[in-house]
Amino acid sequence: MTHEEQVKRMTDMMAKFVGFTGKKLPDDVIAKLTELRSKETEAMPKVIYDTMFRNQELAVKLDRPSCQDTGVLQFWVKCGTGFPLIDDLEALLKEAVVKATFETPLRHNSVETFDEYNTGRNVGKGTPTVWWDIVPHSDKCEIYTYMAGGGCTLPGCATVLMPGEGYEGVTKFVMDRMTSYGLNACPPLLVGVGVATSVETAALLSKKALMRPIGSHNENERAAKMEKLLEDGINAIGLGPQGMGGKYSVMGVNIENTARHPSAIGVAVNVGCWSHRRGHIIFDKDLNYEITTHTGVEL
Amino acid sequence: MVKYENGKKILVTPISAEDLADIKIGDILYLSGSLTTCRDVAHRRVVEEGREIPVDVRNNAILHAGPIIRPLENDKFEMVSVGPTTSMRMEKFEYEFVKTTGVRVIVGKGGMKENTAAACKDFGCIHVVIPAGNAVVAAVAVEEIERAEWRDLGMPETLWNCRVKEFGPLIVSIDSQGRNYFEEKKIEYNKRKDEQIEKICKEVKFIK
Repeated sequence: MTHEEQVKRMTDMMAKFVGFTGKKLPDDVIAKLTELRSKETEAMPKVIYDTMFRNQELAVKLDRPSCQDTGVLQFWVKCGTGFPLIDDLEALLKEAVVKATFETPLRHNSVETFDEYNTGRNVGKGTPTVWWDIVPHSDKCEIYTYMAGGGCTLPGCATVLMPGEGYEGVTKFVMDRMTSYGLNACPPLLVGVGVATSVETAALLSKKALMRPIGSHNENERAAKMEKLLEDGINAIGLGPQGMGGKYSVMGVNIENTARHPSAIGVAVNVGCWSHRRGHIIFDKDLNYEITTHTGVEL
Repeated sequence: MVKYENGKKILVTPISAEDLADIKIGDILYLSGSLTTCRDVAHRRVVEEGREIPVDVRNNAILHAGPIIRPLENDKFEMVSVGPTTSMRMEKFEYEFVKTTGVRVIVGKGGMKENTAAACKDFGCIHVVIPAGNAVVAAVAVEEIERAEWRDLGMPETLWNCRVKEFGPLIVSIDSQGRNYFEEKKIEYNKRKDEQIEKICKEVKFIK
């Protein structure tokens, strides 16, 4: 393949993958929802879960996006410095979103700020969002795709606590968000928490936390303990599906952390809705690919 | 009017205040007839700009939603995916909106507050939620898109006037007595939240 052919090939594959992730949820999300559904006994949560599972079946059968809010596309790229398409990546991801928007179809979700008009192409200044992690001595490229819908974007919040507030302050910050905004953000939620120094370091980590599989744990023992404490605590609130009441509230709590300044604890919370449309694909230098989030996909 | 079919309670447009009188929060309903998508900017135009809404929603239903539409030939459209958006964003406009337009059923996502509850009580209206994220279940209940108005607002914000059949399930979140399901639930949730915060805080004293 010439370089131009490779760019086209990767654009086409990413457009297909993005479209696909709007129609079928990742395996870990389906498994967790199946488990939570089986534990509800009251009529209302059962009716809601039945609707959710019927919807996911219909979306695949009719080949349509399962939720109408296909979000602003966000990509988390872990790209090796030796990956042959590194220079083309950001432009080709934008092109892939435009292509997916008309082929899938996706909703037009890019409104230019200040000029306040919808671009009608689902891309705009700085959208799709692309975050870069550069990986030295590698010729591979890993891409997380995420459809950030409006409903589950609204609860997002970051602040900087004084160290005196401690992890008790982190707990209160996360828990308060669940009953003020979380219940409207389509529970059962996946809750991402970032603990770092400043608002932006914590905020990025909180989104990165949402890319981790459900049921995975932070490698730090105390952070993993706090994930479990928060998960059990939010479940005990009993938000249920759609925040209308039930035995459980969340699919999980994932915490990501870095070291912090001694004078500050940056904390952020980001949530994913039950329709957590995350994808993960790994390309080698010849564009052979592996998809880790969904079984049985051919691009 | 109200009809019962296949074990379902179905509201059929046009709907009167009397049709809603014995409906209570937590009831599960379905809707057949006229349903128009209507969200942020459309509310602002009606309430702040004082513009007349180009689709008559009196005694009918609106849906807080921004759908995915596929254009067909001859100015026709197909509903691909449609589901509710966060209703709370329309809260500041909803009292005046209901008063001005005479809408009877507001379909959305999540709770609304005292402005909407007052409108429901004063003008005989209800707010219901359709389980969100279920855009295909909702789209297949749309028989036809009859009109598209205020198209200058783009795909999500256009008023898509739909004819729907047994659109639902719809769970009543504010009834015409002004009772508010989510606000009542929130009292329980906050109580349990405070208990849990106290419990967790004992376990996370990592700074010593």
